[in-house]
Amino acid sequence: MVPDHQIMTEEEAAGLLSQYSISNEQLPKMYHDDPAVKTIGAKPGDVIRIIRNSHTAGRAESYRLVVRRPKK
Amino acid sequence: MLPEQDQRISETDVPVKTREQLRKYLAGKEITAEQFDQILNRVINEYQNTRIEACEAVGVIAAQSIGEPGTQMTMRTFHYAGVAEINVTLGLPRLIEIMDARKEPSTPTMTIFLEPEYGNDRDKAREVSWQIEAAPLHEFGDITTDMENMQVVIHLNVAVCDKRKIQPSAILEIAPRKIRERRHYRDFEFEVDEKAAYIVFMPKDRESYQNLFQLAEHVRNVIVQGIDDIERVVVRKESGEYILYTEGSNIKDTFEVEGVDTTRTRTNNISEISQVLGIEAARNAIIHEALSTLGEQGILVDVRHIMLVADMMCMEGEVKQIGRHGIAGEKESVLSRAAFEVTVNHLLDAAVANEVDELSGVTENVIVGQPIQLGTGDVKLIAKPMN
Repeated sequence: MVPDHQIMTEEEAAGLLSQYSISNEQLPKMYHDDPAVKTIGAKPGDVIRIIRNSHTAGRAESYRLVVRRPKK
Repeated sequence: MLPEQDQRISETDVPVKTREQLRKYLAGKEITAEQFDQILNRVINEYQNTRIEACEAVGVIAAQSIGEPGTQMTMRTFHYAGVAEINVTLGLPRLIEIMDARKEPSTPTMTIFLEPEYGNDRDKAREVSWQIEAAPLHEFGDITTDMENMQVVIHLNVAVCDKRKIQPSAILEIAPRKIRERRHYRDFEFEVDEKAAYIVFMPKDRESYQNLFQLAEHVRNVIVQGIDDIERVVVRKESGEYILYTEGSNIKDTFEVEGVDTTRTRTNNISEISQVLGIEAARNAIIHEALSTLGEQGILVDVRHIMLVADMMCMEGEVKQIGRHGIAGEKESVLSRAAFEVTVNHLLDAAVANEVDELSGVTENVIVGQPIQLGTGDVKLIAKPMN
């Protein structure tokens, strides 16, 4: 049920952001204490590449920015 | 198919699935290079044409595509899924539950798949089910309330313990601990005789019978084997393997039971999935649950609409509901929030907080009567004057 998560290098992340001409704030987010983030050891500020098994495309890449969980 | 043609398919900018379908279709067919070119070009063209266009209002299309078939759904169903006799909420109430991102579904259930070694063997599957199903103490022996001596005596039935693969000594150790920890009842003392497999509980305060009966009630119902939240387990054979269906859900503890296939086991409690497996797994679970709820009612909604909804719900790193406490309620724009629900409250709060509306969304611009940033409204025409 959990797709493959990979930490992107800074160059890869910069390339991604310039390709879509967006800032990293505009990426979907995931929290730093998310079990999948903890498993790969990513830190807040890292961009994660997620390789999903898509219903439509077969294989699709998606990206998320790791952020701190906001305090309630 | 020639290797170079295969290479060319790999290089085309179409989804993996389309490439695989194309390969499968062309495999073993004799075609000329010219025909191959023609096929490839038409596939690429077709793909380009079917892509959603920029500035298309996909959210509205998704809302209508899920909403209209939703009107055809059963309003209220108490359905017993198959022969498993496990009650699951289905139909519209379940769909609402998914979209509302409830913390706990009204009927939590799990589908537990087993490792091949356990899944193919009825007895082993049964053994796994005993590790999971919550079993109270009274199932393992005779409990007598001795009113004369103010004590509760339990004689364990060793045959039952053997059958359910648990040591009597383990039960004797677990029972008093669980009464303290899980049932939060501490006013008792106990004596254990491991050889005779019996245990005696005595209330601390021996003045009142009420204490004795209260203690007896705790002793009867304390869970000594299995996972506390899982009330019932049904073993069923489906497509050649044994699968466990449960009433109640606790995916974290279930994953630790030996013989459980953690890659396929699932629960219908989406917030539990997001806590244990992460936000991406929760997204997949939303898609799966919504699709199967709709599919079960014979309603076919394109998966793209559901994927869009699931993506929106999981955008911020946790599962957000669609509604005033989630996506719609956290919009930047005041007018957009006011247009959804509880209009006056939003306008009042915004006025008090001196909020500014940037008018960047669709709803706000409809309200003030400007072109919206969708479709042709998003295209700005820039004309360069000659010389």
